[in-house]
Amino acid sequence: MEKVGIIGVAQTKYQRYNPASHAELAYEVTSKALEDAGLTIDDIDNTVTVCNDFWDGRTISSMTITEATGSHKSPTTNVEGDGTYGALMGLMRILSGLHEITLVVAQSKISEGIPSVITNAMFDPIYERMLGLDAINSAALQMRSYMSKYGVTEQQCAKISVKNHKNAKANPYAHLAMDITVDDVLKSRVLADPIKLLDASPISDGACAIVMARERTAKRKHGKPIWIKGVGHCADAYHLGDRDLAEVDALASAAKRAYKMAGIRSPLKQIDVAEVYDAFSYMELMWMEGLGFCDRGKAGAMVDSGLTEMNGALPVNPSGGVLSAHAVQVAGLARIAEAVLQLRGEAGGRQVDGASTALAHGIEGACGQGHCVFILGK
Amino acid sequence: MKMLVGIVGVGQTHHRSKNTDCNGQELISIAVKRALESAELTMADIDAIVIGNMDHFESINYVDMWSVDGSGGYMKPIMKVTTGGTTGSAIGHAGFYHAASGLFDTVLVIGWEQNSESDTTAAISTCFDPITEREYSAGAIGPLAAHYIAYMTKYGATEADAALVSVRDHNNAALYNGYAHLRQTITVEDVMKSAYISYPIKLLDICPRSDGACAVIFASERKAKKITDRPAWILGVGDCHILVHLADGIGLANLPSLEIAARQAYEMAGITDPFNQIDVAELYIPASTAGVSWMEALGLCEEGGGPRLVRSGVTNMGGKLPINPSGGVLATNPIGATGLLRIGEAALQVMGKAEKKQVEGAKVAVATGFGGCFWSDITVLSSLPRLD
Repeated sequence: MEKVGIIGVAQTKYQRYNPASHAELAYEVTSKALEDAGLTIDDIDNTVTVCNDFWDGRTISSMTITEATGSHKSPTTNVEGDGTYGALMGLMRILSGLHEITLVVAQSKISEGIPSVITNAMFDPIYERMLGLDAINSAALQMRSYMSKYGVTEQQCAKISVKNHKNAKANPYAHLAMDITVDDVLKSRVLADPIKLLDASPISDGACAIVMARERTAKRKHGKPIWIKGVGHCADAYHLGDRDLAEVDALASAAKRAYKMAGIRSPLKQIDVAEVYDAFSYMELMWMEGLGFCDRGKAGAMVDSGLTEMNGALPVNPSGGVLSAHAVQVAGLARIAEAVLQLRGEAGGRQVDGASTALAHGIEGACGQGHCVFILGK
Repeated sequence: MKMLVGIVGVGQTHHRSKNTDCNGQELISIAVKRALESAELTMADIDAIVIGNMDHFESINYVDMWSVDGSGGYMKPIMKVTTGGTTGSAIGHAGFYHAASGLFDTVLVIGWEQNSESDTTAAISTCFDPITEREYSAGAIGPLAAHYIAYMTKYGATEADAALVSVRDHNNAALYNGYAHLRQTITVEDVMKSAYISYPIKLLDICPRSDGACAVIFASERKAKKITDRPAWILGVGDCHILVHLADGIGLANLPSLEIAARQAYEMAGITDPFNQIDVAELYIPASTAGVSWMEALGLCEEGGGPRLVRSGVTNMGGKLPINPSGGVLATNPIGATGLLRIGEAALQVMGKAEKKQVEGAKVAVATGFGGCFWSDITVLSSLPRLD
């Protein structure tokens, strides 16, 4: 693969309700990402927006941010999915040879919608929707299934929440930064057994943008381009009953593809920092297994060992992850933006010393049916 | 362009007003199977999938994930692209980019819609700003009507000119396209006597809404040559989403987005004399009026020359530049698939596989997409890997 570099990143501060409009959120990150890249909007020769009609409450939702992202000025498309998929589309547009510099923008104002209704709409309309399935209670089925199959405990899941909310304290963009204990998590209100309030990510408004460029342009325009080394995406079966919810085959397949491109044979040794889509505490454990950082069912023990803490061998979600800020559509792109900051050495108080290879990950659909994995390097 | 990409397979369902035979996933699977059969491939040959539709027509969130039982996306890379009416052309372009990137060799692109499951106009009406525009937005027909009033006023075009386009497209569908939704032979008089929907657009001037799906297989140069002797090479792509407010489009006589998109695609493809270089066109004409007023944006005639072009008969079957041999959007409109059908039909023409619709000796074809707020996409296809 030809080298494509990420030369600009920007995020808003994530918060429960942001009075700014969708367009204003998109404009804020578009402007800041351009500034970060040292470019103006006239340098951008194509744009990928990430908008979803359900979350945005609008048909052709990309129209909401067309002007704010400048995408009316040059060729554009809209990916409806997690922001990582938008980044992948942006990458492909450059690799095609037709475009030099791609702007990718995702925004979300979940506070204006009803997440349980919006996520209920991802289930089969005839057989499953009337059961009341949504993102939280379907995840509860997955967490239960995972714990039952592998003996992972609620305490081990709670440790992820403690770690990530603590990490978030060093992330100025995070929504929920706090010191909590395993006991706090276990005693928090049950949302859908076994998921408790502090196992779940918050409802956040926010936006993220990245600018990517072909090697020659990236080097000319920016002192510290961060290179895309590998990418992979894959989808599992649709009906929850058709899947073994405790397994992570689609993620393993996406990771395999990304690792092959990036020349990664031993992920735990070769990857210095990972930003993964922990919409719920247990997800971080499962994704560790799918990403090959440990064997299936062994992530609980890995977390007990402290390996994924800030001072461990593989810090996971130094930003606080999705548990600390969950703007849907945006969150995967934010993982990429955070990985870029780590590799630039600009992650401030959440910096992992000497990080030279990073992983960023996004999910799609219910219980991580789809996954997209990026490997980035200096 | 570094890498050549070709279309190697096209499949579609029999489109109709209301599909009650099967669910959406099954509808998708019919189009996918037909595309695979046409290319003599199996699902195992597919490296990645792109799917698109408009969410509020079926009310299914994360269609990429929902679709896997019908799309064949189980344990494969799949993503969703959607841009409103241009979804079908945008997914076609996304399929092109997948293959052109070098990341995937063989890419399955699927557009679909079960419009009968929604109130189409109500769903479309939420596309404009909820505070300043939604109150008075009433679907797609009004803006198209205002658009043609401006064109008639500026250039002296008539309602009868639009009726010629309606007759051409409907009759092509009736005579040549077994997959089309509306297959009725009509006359100019029928069109002129049909009821006004929104002046000057009458019932027979406007597209239907359809249930249907289309699947098109794109392949990298190396792979395409292995699959078929005569792929439809993608020589140019262009898109332009220049306007965003309802009021931006009203009063416009011409279609600047199509002009800009066409310029991009023609330059890429090496087309300098569109009327003489293009053999056949499959155009996203949502109302017959647009079949008159958008011709100059494509460079097919001089400014204001749409009526002359249409009256001359050159765009009819047997003419110098047949437009919409398939019957186009006026006959068939499963919205998320509509733009992809244009690409698929154009590909069949240059592959010499268009059967009764075939324009003899067609080597260069263009396909367009229209939607959003007067947005346009365009694709140039050819049996030749490059134009001399």
